Amino acid sequence: MVEFLYRVLAMIRKEFRLTLKDPSSRVILFAPVLLQSVLFGYAATYDLVNVPYAVLDESRSPTSVALLSQLDSTGVFHRVANLSRSEQIAQIINPETALLVVRIGPRFEPALFAGEDAPIQLALDARNSTTAGSAADYVASVVDSFNADQRQAHGGMAPALRIEPRAWFNPNLETRWNMMPAMVAELSLLQTLLLASLTVAREREQGTFDQTLVTPLTPLEIMIGKALPPMLIGLVQSTIVLGVTRFWFQVPFAGSFYLLYAGVMLFVLAGVGVGLSISALAANMQQAMQYTFFLLMPMTLLSGLLTPIRTMPQVLRVATMANPLRFGVDWVRRVYLEGAGLSIVGPDLIPLAIIAAVTLPTAAWLFRNRLA
Amino acid sequence: MSAPAAPVAGGRWLRLRALTQKEFRQLWRDRSNWASGIVLPALLIVLFGYGISLDITNAPIAVVREDRSATVADVLAGLQLSPYLHPRFVATMREAEALMASRSVDGIVRVPSDFSADLAAGHATVQVIVHGSDAGTARTVQGYIAGALGQWSAHNADRAARATSGGESAVFGSVTLQERLWFNAANSSTWYLVPGLVVIIMTFVGAFLTSLVVAREWERGTLEALFVTPVRPVEILLAKLIPYFVVGMIGLAMCILAARFLFGVPIVGSLILLLLGSCLYMLVALGMGLLISSATKNQFLASQAAVLLSFLPAVLLSGFLFDLHNVPVLVRIIGEALPATHFLELTKTLMLAGNVWPLVLRESAILIGYAVLLLGAATLLTRKRIA
Repeated sequence: MVEFLYRVLAMIRKEFRLTLKDPSSRVILFAPVLLQSVLFGYAATYDLVNVPYAVLDESRSPTSVALLSQLDSTGVFHRVANLSRSEQIAQIINPETALLVVRIGPRFEPALFAGEDAPIQLALDARNSTTAGSAADYVASVVDSFNADQRQAHGGMAPALRIEPRAWFNPNLETRWNMMPAMVAELSLLQTLLLASLTVAREREQGTFDQTLVTPLTPLEIMIGKALPPMLIGLVQSTIVLGVTRFWFQVPFAGSFYLLYAGVMLFVLAGVGVGLSISALAANMQQAMQYTFFLLMPMTLLSGLLTPIRTMPQVLRVATMANPLRFGVDWVRRVYLEGAGLSIVGPDLIPLAIIAAVTLPTAAWLFRNRLA
Repeated sequence: MSAPAAPVAGGRWLRLRALTQKEFRQLWRDRSNWASGIVLPALLIVLFGYGISLDITNAPIAVVREDRSATVADVLAGLQLSPYLHPRFVATMREAEALMASRSVDGIVRVPSDFSADLAAGHATVQVIVHGSDAGTARTVQGYIAGALGQWSAHNADRAARATSGGESAVFGSVTLQERLWFNAANSSTWYLVPGLVVIIMTFVGAFLTSLVVAREWERGTLEALFVTPVRPVEILLAKLIPYFVVGMIGLAMCILAARFLFGVPIVGSLILLLLGSCLYMLVALGMGLLISSATKNQFLASQAAVLLSFLPAVLLSGFLFDLHNVPVLVRIIGEALPATHFLELTKTLMLAGNVWPLVLRESAILIGYAVLLLGAATLLTRKRIA
């Protein structure tokens, strides 16, 4: 037993030295994660902040001016132009100078005073239909409150029904609050998978793996020695992203740190298992990296990181069950944001454990048997 | 490595052809190249087209009616009529909360027991609760619910006004919205995800794969071995780049065909312009890959640098998923500095909006600038490394 530990430790030490001996790899393993998590934390948002828009006001009435000034006062809509002819609409939307154009017809005010509906036209650049949809919703809510105010001001009734909105776990519904915890899983998987897949492949390419195999080390010992360094580096990277999430972006941490790390550890272990299996199958580093990406991209798309799992078709939803990232993202989000306990998120651990239990022995077996 | 040795007249083309042939063979033989050059793009096309969508329809919501009056049924009718919502009536708030905790529903609408009484007094409240773990969905669902309930609210106000004014029309009309979505008649996120996919695939092949391949040659010293032959360095690099250029173009062709025939995305602009622009971006990506490999001369560092400098930014900072209008100025400047951002703008516009010349010319000029800059720097650096 002592010998076992001694040998494993020696192997781990060797692996760490190999990974960290080069100053540029030391930098590239830790600095970019810090930078990227800050950068992506700012970039990864679906929340509307700045919508450049233009106006074609053919009514030029006090009422239309009042409506437009309500739009201007949101802080989100910035008027970039006042148009005078309808041909100008295309001229300003095509080159993306304005995301939307509000067109108010000449009969706008008379219609309103006659008690009729007064339609206004909204032309939206839907080259990004998600942004266009959010912008349209926003305009609609401004128009709704404008209608209510006007009705009241002209002797009508106050709106009888009030909606009291509330959101669980994320009161202002900021995208960043759910992107950043998911990034903890995504960025650390990217790194552990890449590192683990390179370990054996690199030795194969350089011819040193045969030497390792003839040492007294058993496949199990080799595997532990190869698995632990990427795991630890992955954990350090998760910690960096967590730190940025908690202290830079100040996303409140609702759960238990121990629980969070317990799950992240199993998640990283599953990632290393997948990585080592790739490594054992690949003939050289280049193949290892290609196969890593071959897995990583679909894993990211099917993880629920960017789009909810529920909107996927049935076949793909089943496919996500084999995706460690899906459970990693879910785990970190729920423990971090929702403060979920083991009884709620516990089921996430089962698939992760299965993935680790399948991939790690496979990798150990492949180490020896792929040689022939 | 059988480069023709004799530097005869016109030998440049001969040498280049022979070398390119050799590189093509090398690429062809390795199955992993097939996986990442052809199978991965095909897989991504399927996933992007059928798997992921940012559109929300039929969002399940739980409705708790603590007030069972007829008015409430009237108020809630809007929810059932909405094509975006799928209401499910439950008896108690506790039940609704359990459904939401298990993420079986995206939102809860609660009509409190004193609703009718409050409504008569003119100040009734409906509670709308959404799950903030997915802020994007939550916001959309909130908007749908507010819209569905708001309709009743407006009609009710009109009715009340009519009643007070003795059956006449309402005192004051309402502003209504007529929305027209330009360039995306289907209002489907697939339409803008597919042009983004072109950018991702070309960045992957151009910058990531190329940087790996060339870094490997540096690492093994095989590039130096080639440099001592009569073949000129530029020819060696060209021969390395041409096969990857072709692979990138195959990816592009697959994307365009899938966009047109599988997803029904209309290609409004000129196909030739789209191809030309893609060639330009492919040169930019290859330049980036070459530069990274010459700078690192090591497969591990090259792979890390390629992911961090070219691939991840192309996904997250180019405006592909996250609109650059919404990010802070500094991040926007970084995003605008990426060639991927400009290529995305170009493909999106050419595919969805048409030949918007000012935009096409601007983005093409930027891409040409990047291509010259990156390929020039890569050649310089390679020359310096040999010397």
